[in-house]
Amino acid sequence: MYQLLKQIAVTGIVTERPPLPDQALRVTRERLRADVLRYFDGALAIRHVDAGSCNGCELEIHMCNNPYYNLEGLGIKFVASPRHADLLLVTGPVSRHMEEALRRTYEATPDPKLVVAIGDCGCNAGVFGESYASRGRVSNVIPVDVAVPGCPPTPLAIMQGILTAISAAKR
Amino acid sequence: MRLEGLDIELTPIPGAVPAYRAEVGAAQWSETCQRVAEQGGRLLALWASDARAAGRGFTVHAALAARGGLVVLLLPLASESYPDLSATFPAADRMQRAACDLLGVRAEGAEDRRKWLRHAAWRADEFPLRKDFEAKGEPRSAGRREADGYPFVRVEGEGVHEIPVGPVHAGTIEPGHFRFSVVGETVLRLEERLGYKHKGIEKRFEGLSLQEGARLAGRVSGDSTVAYAWAYAMAAESAAGVTPPPRALWLRALLLERERIANHLGDLGFLANDAGLAFGLAQFLRLKEEWLRTHQALFGHRYLMDLVVPGGVARDLASEGAARMRGEMEALEETVTRLKAIYDEHAGLQDRFIGCGRIAPDLAARLGLIGLAGRASGQARDLRVEYPCAPYQELGVRMATHRNGDVAARVTVRFEEVFESLRLLRLILERLPAGELAVPVPAAAAGAFGVGWVEGWRGEVFIALEAEAGDRIRRCHAHDPSWQNWPALEHAVIGNIVPDFPLINKSFNLSYSGHDL
Repeated sequence: MYQLLKQIAVTGIVTERPPLPDQALRVTRERLRADVLRYFDGALAIRHVDAGSCNGCELEIHMCNNPYYNLEGLGIKFVASPRHADLLLVTGPVSRHMEEALRRTYEATPDPKLVVAIGDCGCNAGVFGESYASRGRVSNVIPVDVAVPGCPPTPLAIMQGILTAISAAKR
Repeated sequence: MRLEGLDIELTPIPGAVPAYRAEVGAAQWSETCQRVAEQGGRLLALWASDARAAGRGFTVHAALAARGGLVVLLLPLASESYPDLSATFPAADRMQRAACDLLGVRAEGAEDRRKWLRHAAWRADEFPLRKDFEAKGEPRSAGRREADGYPFVRVEGEGVHEIPVGPVHAGTIEPGHFRFSVVGETVLRLEERLGYKHKGIEKRFEGLSLQEGARLAGRVSGDSTVAYAWAYAMAAESAAGVTPPPRALWLRALLLERERIANHLGDLGFLANDAGLAFGLAQFLRLKEEWLRTHQALFGHRYLMDLVVPGGVARDLASEGAARMRGEMEALEETVTRLKAIYDEHAGLQDRFIGCGRIAPDLAARLGLIGLAGRASGQARDLRVEYPCAPYQELGVRMATHRNGDVAARVTVRFEEVFESLRLLRLILERLPAGELAVPVPAAAAGAFGVGWVEGWRGEVFIALEAEAGDRIRRCHAHDPSWQNWPALEHAVIGNIVPDFPLINKSFNLSYSGHDL
């Protein structure tokens, strides 16, 4: 136990906060926090749906919760059911085999709800395209509020996408 | 090379790994597999292709890892069926069912004839990988789709009930369906249903140029992008008959080992988290983030996508980069050593890890378990040791193995592989040869065939590539080690409690996308 506590103390808090070397990051985090507080009382619940990705976007969604970005520290958390969610974070392309599951997940999410499509494939079908097996972009299947390009998008870009969805939807 | 006791003619396949091919008849197909199995070999991959345009009908291919190298058998079919291999190699079962879904060729005598990759996107009498199947747009059957019925095996008896899970899971993971039959909390049986992520990758390959295919190959399974891109490049170079310059090969190994460490760091964090120690997740994700930032700074991509290309690599490593890496590795090794001691001495964590989700070595051998999970169950299989390609012959990889086959063993193997990859990275930085980064890749001849075989962080990634006229891809088969290891997960959970499933599943961390294609 001593070693564990020592490791925590030695590591300190790595979460990046202003002033930071990356100016864009600082601005984003501050605005994100303000918007979350203002519109969602500091609690935005996200349900992630992988509708057919290569798993690259999932890696970066995971990284949003590492100590450097600490998304949960901003009052934004990932929940286990769409019924608890305000926002769906969807990666694509939407495979035809996931089309119905995605639609049902969308329907199970209570209104008002937001959808953020993640990654080049979620935005425009990416390298996989549309085919007998792929429906392509997320907006071909459910309504999308914000699409975040990138292969995969960085944690920062994903956070920006969430911010954009929150602010655009409530104005 | 000759296969002991068999009279088949093996033609060498040029390229970086020892590989041979042979055309066989139905009797030889079964006999060769039987003999390779008896001699301790294994089935790596099984797939089919449509050669009707060349007047040859359908062909089934089996890639076998035999004593002297990789043997690819081709069995041209007069009809639409061929002898079942699942009695010899249990791993063949799902691959044969997938070949049936995609090309309509059946394994005669196979016990399980249910569909596998096909759900409801196309009909049972449509076969997407046949050349006369139109890839674009809606399948002909769209609009009048059958319901996606799938007959799971029912477990009957007093107090037995089913828990269906997925395809959308509770965490941020890929989609798949798990059907648990339980009594109380104890799992009697788990049956997997995969194929949700099938997005037509193999059909998509067809018609791309050999160069274009690299980008798609690097996205078969995003966490293994270097392994796939290297295997693909190896296959393309094998088909085109070209060898990349030494510096490119050494840089590929550097990227592959960095990818291995990145994934192991993440897994070591998530495994502790799934056992209730959030400290581990915070610590390891911090380390992973720093590791990824180095990727971004030195190679321009956090996950190293599109760096391995046919002919070589797309980016060089500057000498300042090497210095940065050396410093980073020293700090990482120190921290991981400390974290390992904390994990090892944490009673609560070890209580969850030890004895959980066990695959004993004899069962692992029977199922043909490979990769990291195989090594944790006593299967000493690592391509970097068994069939080392350049530069691994010069690096002398020390394989990490364990005999317990439980979650604890898979954690231990990950720790050991992090340390070993750090050692390899130091050697690579020390000996990295100077020179060109890539050579031009000449157009592959129509019908040219190449293979690529790389030990990714999860296990063996394999690519088989056939070219057609105009330097295009006629058929590209991508094989993920998850094909071998998914069935083992069904065994690993038997007798465990349902709440331990996420931990057991994570300890394997198999790919859905790489499997579903």
